This record gives sequence, structure tokens and C-alpha cells, in this order.
Amino acid sequence: MGAKKEKNDDEMDEKVKKYLRGEAANLEGLKDKKLKGQLAVREDLYGKSAKTAAKIEKWLLPSEGGYLEAEGIEKTWRIKQESIAREVDILSSRNQYDIVLPELGPYTLDFTSNGRYMAAAGRKGHLAIVDMKTLNLIKEIQVRETVRDVAYLHNELFFAAAQKKYTYIYNRDGTELHCLKEHGPVLRLQFLKNHFLLASINKFGQLRYQDVTMGEMIGNFRTGLGRTDVMQVNPFNGVVALGHSSGTVTMWKPTTSVPLVKMLCHPGPVSSLAFHPNGHLMATSGRENKIKIWDLRKFEVIQTLPCHAKTLNFSQKGLLAAGTGSFIQILADFSGSQNYSSYMTHSMAKGYQVGKVLFRPYEDILGIGHSMGWSSILIPGSGEPNFDSWVANPFETSKQRQEKEVHSLLDKLPPETIMLDPTKVGTVRAPQKKEKPVKKEIETEMEAAIETAKDTKFKKKTKGRSKPSKIAKKRREMIDRAKRPFLEQQTQEHETSRKKQKTNPETEMPKSLQRFVRQKAT
Amino acid sequence: MKVKVISRSTDEFTRERSQDLQRVFRNFDPSLRSQEKAVEYVRALNAAKLDKIFARPFIGAMDGHRDSIKCMAKNPNHLKAIFSGSDDGDIRLWDIASRRTVCQFPGHQGAVQGLTVSTDGSILVSCGSDCTVRLWNVSDAHLADSDYLSDNSAKPQAVYVWKNAFRAVDHQWDGDLFATAGAQVDIWNHNRSQPVNTFDWGADTTISIRFNPGEPNILATSANDRSITLYDLRMSSPARKVIMRTKTNSIAWNPMEPMNFTAANEDCNCYSYDARKLEEAKCVHKDHVSAVMDIDFSPTGREFVTGSYDRTVRIFQYNGGHSREIYHTKRMQRVFCVKYSCDASYVISGSDDTNLRLWKAKASEQLGVVLPRERKKHEYLEAVKNRYKHLPEVKRIVRHRHLPRPVYKAANLRRTMIEAERRKEQRRKAHSAPGSMVTEPVRKRRIIKEVE
Repeated sequence: MGAKKEKNDDEMDEKVKKYLRGEAANLEGLKDKKLKGQLAVREDLYGKSAKTAAKIEKWLLPSEGGYLEAEGIEKTWRIKQESIAREVDILSSRNQYDIVLPELGPYTLDFTSNGRYMAAAGRKGHLAIVDMKTLNLIKEIQVRETVRDVAYLHNELFFAAAQKKYTYIYNRDGTELHCLKEHGPVLRLQFLKNHFLLASINKFGQLRYQDVTMGEMIGNFRTGLGRTDVMQVNPFNGVVALGHSSGTVTMWKPTTSVPLVKMLCHPGPVSSLAFHPNGHLMATSGRENKIKIWDLRKFEVIQTLPCHAKTLNFSQKGLLAAGTGSFIQILADFSGSQNYSSYMTHSMAKGYQVGKVLFRPYEDILGIGHSMGWSSILIPGSGEPNFDSWVANPFETSKQRQEKEVHSLLDKLPPETIMLDPTKVGTVRAPQKKEKPVKKEIETEMEAAIETAKDTKFKKKTKGRSKPSKIAKKRREMIDRAKRPFLEQQTQEHETSRKKQKTNPETEMPKSLQRFVRQKAT
Repeated sequence: MKVKVISRSTDEFTRERSQDLQRVFRNFDPSLRSQEKAVEYVRALNAAKLDKIFARPFIGAMDGHRDSIKCMAKNPNHLKAIFSGSDDGDIRLWDIASRRTVCQFPGHQGAVQGLTVSTDGSILVSCGSDCTVRLWNVSDAHLADSDYLSDNSAKPQAVYVWKNAFRAVDHQWDGDLFATAGAQVDIWNHNRSQPVNTFDWGADTTISIRFNPGEPNILATSANDRSITLYDLRMSSPARKVIMRTKTNSIAWNPMEPMNFTAANEDCNCYSYDARKLEEAKCVHKDHVSAVMDIDFSPTGREFVTGSYDRTVRIFQYNGGHSREIYHTKRMQRVFCVKYSCDASYVISGSDDTNLRLWKAKASEQLGVVLPRERKKHEYLEAVKNRYKHLPEVKRIVRHRHLPRPVYKAANLRRTMIEAERRKEQRRKAHSAPGSMVTEPVRKRRIIKEVE
């Protein structure tokens, strides 16, 4: 009875921790008593609200997640999709399928944030929108030119397709709404949901950010690292990561033209990149058949897996899908200790080359875009079972969608809020101590001042007043004037050091001469 | 093998009939939402801007008096009514909702210096510079008898003549005594034509008087000799006295914490005191640029409103140093009296330009019936704005108030003068022996001494 109670307490503690969103503030250093009192009251309130949220979880969250447990000597990675289909209900088994469209090239997919609609784009110009609940094809259009990537904008009404020369934005009915000429021939598109920014990387390695509400181009950066088609958005902080052919991964934000982070991940080109939804984990894969899992807080490798992956994707629950050739491997960390091991595998028919794997939000389904069309398989335990209607609602009506659009536009974040650590908003910046300039710095400063003094132009005077000797004298004067403050500083320092030397002669004088030491006036 | 996959049936998650409400599911997990703090910050910024857009505090002016308004009184039993008295002896009862005079009480020969209503709402006491105290019957039944024409006048129930001109009057909260202030402090009973008791301590006239809401026998007065005196009716002699550097124009007791009172001083500050410990002020409220003429607390005890000689009305928090809000109009001249309405939603100011003005206590509040959803939204916006109000962009918007040019210039001048004083003080301290110069806190600095 006592052990069970302890277990419940531990679970409650974990849940409360989840809702606390970090550590309580340290109020010890505060000298302002009024502020301290007010903050103490607030911290108390936060604790109470976290406890209440943890308590009502069991009533508010109706569904439990999926799972796959092997019995006996069976291993989960040997279980095939057919055996899973036999065990689950009919509705779920309908979600396992292969759509074969061999003529129109390798397919790439994108889901809306509520997982209800899917946009599929075939390389040879086939764009299709499918309603995943009813498995209805809503619209398909043939654009008859190369389509390299497709991305949904904020809801299912708009999607962007990166075509041969330009990027186009289409309606759900297939009407072309906009032609984005400035982006150029885009290789990859990503949409930043909170900021309404469409990020694109094109053939020349230029990264562009465009605000889709007003059409304004926010940022246009030359990465300087060549052509790349590995691009992902970190959903936690809105930072765009690019993987380059030199093995470096760079992270960008729309307000600076230099990358925030440049990390060397692999000895060869980076083949793909994926971010965990909690924002702390990143998985990268390189051509040397290794997948590395990085901790983004310390920028260190947590784990290296000997697995080849042409495409990577994390699910909402933290499962990692790696696809290569016609083989897909799903890795999971069972104990939550970020130690990934094989969970499930799936082999497709021999000719199928996997182009993109993408987990469907709020469902236990993995969408696979490959060279012969697209498929969908069941991965129990990958989706979040309980959705929040105000965040993403798979059962949205059109009225709810319209309301949500207005609310999300009101809450649109300005591009300056993208930073590596998004919890820093509203915190106090630590006061920067001004350090005393080192000798070398002072010298360089002096030299810089002298250079500027040398460069001053003198007015050419007439009637014999601008003789070369006079100009030279003036120039010397300017240089002396520039040097003067630094020399004064130096003499001051000499004097203080000499004074300091003078003040303890007692220690230097031998004992017999101590009585002759000048006494300080007491 | 045991396997379970998420499968949602449409009936569980959508409504049954079209007359039902749509089903809403919540999951408060922070991992479902990204960049919460930035979203909250954007909402706080928008809330601050919306607040400013909807900030229309001035409701209307009540016109009718022919001379400047010196005093006002609230009837504790009626929300909509307010009495005002002016310098030509005219006392009027106003209906705040329609902003019209309901009834007039003529009779005073000179200026009406003080007005007060008894706690049961039946008697209005007025005193003036013609040395008379008049009692008027203002109970509901009586007013209902007479006509409701604006020119209607009422006859006083009693007129008591006494020795000196009166400066202020206040009624006991729980009893039928009232006190007048003039050359001395007199305690009267409704039915006696002479004061029951007289307190005479100090050489100068008392200019304001207030009974304590919690303890019916304690009253505070302020006099021209810069003192604030506390009297106890049960003892025949005055209780405590504190002398400050400048004169106090008015005093108000905090209705929720009756041991604290706030004094509106001539040196542009208001001082909050604990009546048990008068040697140090609890809090100094600084923001006015000219003498503070009147002060009144909100029934919540959390805020008070002040009217000052610099033509502005300010609302302060009970424990804050600076004002939360400032109200001013081009037409409003020197504000001599202010009252906070009994439902804590309105502020009424009476000024030199013969008008009573009605203002909202919260400038961007939506008046009238507010739906529960609207109310929740307002509360949320208020809370999110308060959470981020220390950030520079939000702070700039929240703090911004348009000040009339003379007030702005006067405030700058005061600031430079105070800064200069402070700097000189610091330098004197730096150049004297450590410990020889002690800086007194502002709360103590303005008090000269306390006398038992």
C-alpha cells in the first residue's frame, strides 16, 4: 500500500514538473522587500496551478497513447505491419496503404498541423491534396514542371509548391494565388507557424524568409556554404537549420545575416536533419552511415547509431524514423533516458526508394513518400493521443478554422522573437562588467587613433600659405594630439605603480635600517 | 504481442445535434505549445495598446452651480446621489446617472464649507462661513413627497448658529454625533442646538476633519499650524498629534484598514500613516506638482483619488508611490474636492469652474453589463499585461499619459530641483566623516515631531 502510494506520488511529481516549466526563481539575492514579497506570492501561485493541472489530467485527457509490446522471445523490430493490421480495429487498418503512382516521380509529403490534410507532390509536377480522415482526394493538379518541395501554410487552405523556376502558393481548390519570384529556384520550403514566415533555400544556397501575411521579405542571406537541400525548422524556437555538404550544420534566424550556430557534425555531407519537438534533441545523419543524436543545450553528441538514413523525422512522442533505400527503421528511447534503440522496422518492395518520412500529428501513422508514390504504415505509440482544440483540432469545422486563423494572426510573433533559447523573453539581462582594457588593446587603440589622425585632409590654402613644411608641422601636431590621452594614461599608471612600490619599503629594507623608514602620519 | 493504436471515432469528438455546442478538448501540456513566452509578450503588447485605445475616462460634467464647488458628500445608502456645496451657499443633490440636479437646498448666506450625510442617509449636515450649521432631511420618503423639478428647494430641518465660521464637518459612522472644524473642534448631537463637547488644542484653525470608519469614537483633524491631530471622543482631551513641515489640506481613512489614514499635504505629496505609529509615514505618494486639496479612498481600500491645485485628478494605489492614472481637461480648473463613488467604478471631482465632473475609475473599463466570456477575456488581458509590464516596449505604452504642458514643465522642474538637492546631500555625506551625516528616509523627513 505504501509502495503504491509512493509510486503515485512520484508520478504526480513528474507531472507537476512538466507543468512547472522550469525551476522556481531564486529570491534570496533580492534586496527590495516589496518585490520579494510579490514574487514569493507569484511563485506560490505557479506551484499551485501546476499541481492542479497535474491533478485534473486524469479527467481532462480522455485517450491513452498507443503501444506495442512484444511477448516472450519476440522482438518488436521483427513485427511486420501485416501482423499489426490483424490485431487492430478496421478503421486503423485502413490507414495502412500503398498508393502507387510510378510515372510522376518521387513524392514528397506535408501534413497540416492537425494531421487532417496531406499535400503530396510528385517530382514531375503532380500536386495532390488528400483529406486523411476520409481518405478523399480533395484536389489534384498537374503543373507540368518539376516540383521539388511542398509545404502547407497556416491551415489547409494554402500550400506552397517549390517549382522549377519559382515558388507558387496555391489554394485548396488548386487556384494559383501567388508566384513568389524573389525566392528563385527553391530546393526546400519550411513554414514557421508562429511567425507566419515561409523559409526557403534555393539552388544558389540563398536562405530567404518571407512573411506570408503581408508578403514582406524579412531576410535574404547568402549562406556561403554552397547548394544544399537539407533544411529543417526547430519547432521549439523557430530556428532554421541547414545541413551542408562540408558536414556542418548551421542555424539561422531572420534578423541576422550570420548563422547563430555553426557545428561540424559529420566528416562528409549531411544527408538529413530532424528536430525533436521538445527542441533539445537533434538527429543528423551523414554519408558515413552514422546517425548522431545531439543535445542542443550543450551542443554535444549524446548517441551515435550505426544506421544509414537518407531522411529522418521525429514524432510527437519522440520516436525517430530513419529511411534509406527501401528500408525504414523506427528508433525509440524506452526509458526516457535519450538512449535510442531499434523499435520497429519496415521494408518496402525492392524498387521503392524512400524520399521522405513524415509522422502524422496526433495519429500513430507514418507517411512515406517514395519513388513510386506514397505509403502509410502504423507505428503504435508515435502520436500524441490527446489534442488541445485551441492548438490543433483534427475535427475542426470551417467556422472553428476561421476563428483560429484570426486568433493566430493576432498572436503572430514578430521575427525578432526567434532565438536559440525562447524562454529568455522577459528575463533580465545580466549586467555586463566592463573590463579594463588590456595593454595590447590599448596599443591597438592608439595605433588606430594615429592612423585616423594621419588620414586627415588639410585644406589647400592660397597665396603661399600652404607650404609643405607647414602642412607637415600640422600633421605632426594632429598625431601628437591623438596620442596625448594614451600617453597621459600611461604616465598615470606609472605613477600609481611607483606609489604602490613606495608604500611598502618596510618589507624591502633590512632589519637594521627599519628605524630610518619614513613613518606614515597616523 | 500486445498492440494498441490511437483511433478516434468521429462521434466522440464531434457534436451530436446541430443545436449542441461544439466539443472542446483541452490538454495543458507545455510541449504542445511552442514559444509561449513570446506569444504572451505579443498579447501583452496588444493588450496595452487596446487599453489605450479604449481609455475614455471622462463621462460628463454636471453643470448648475454658479460658483466654485468647495465640498461634496456621498450618501452611503444611495449609489446614484451626490451632494455638492459651492461658494455662494448653494447646495444641490445630483443624480449621477442623468447628471442633473434633483433638489436644491438654499439657505446658506456665505460659502458652504462642509457637507456630510449621516450613515442612515436621513440627515444632511452642512456648515458654512456664516457661522451656521444646517440640518436637512434627505430621507427617501421626504424627497419623494416633493416635486422632482430642478428648481425645487427644501427647507432645513434645523439651523444652529455658533460663534465662529466653520471650515469642515464630518458625521460619525456609527452614532448620531457629528463634528465641525473651525476655530476649535466641536462635537454636536442632531437634536442639540449647542455643541456637546469642544476640543481646543493648538493655536490655529482646524481645516479638515474625518471620523474613523472602524472605530466610531476616533477622529482625525488637520490644522493650519501644520499638524494632524487624532482625538478620542471617550477621553476629554486630544490623543496624539504630529507636526509636519507643511499644512495638510485633507485626510481620508482607509475603509478596509481603519488604522491607516492618508493625508493630502500642501507640499504636493500624500502621506499615509498608521494611526498607532505617527513618528514615520508608512508611504509617501508623490506625483502632483501643486498642493493636494482633497483625497478620498475607494470602498475597496486599495486605491484613493486625489484632487489638486494643479488642475488634475490622480488615482493612487494605497501602497504605491506614484499615481496609476491622471485625469485632466482643458476646462477643469483647480480641483477642490473629489469623491470615489460607493461602487468603486466612478470618481467625481468638483472644481473651481463650477462644474462637477464624472470620471471612470478604470479608464478603459467597459460600462454596463459585461458577459462572462468578455469579463474573463478582460481579466486575462489585464493579467498578461501585468506580467510583462516591466519590459520596455510594454512599459512605454502602459506608462504613457498625456500631461498638460504646465503640469509637464512643473514636474520636470521639480525633478531637477529634487535631483540637485539629493546630489548635494550625497556630496556632503561623501565629504564628511563616515557616520556623522545620517540621511533620513522621506517618510520621516517631512515630520517635525510627534506630540502626545
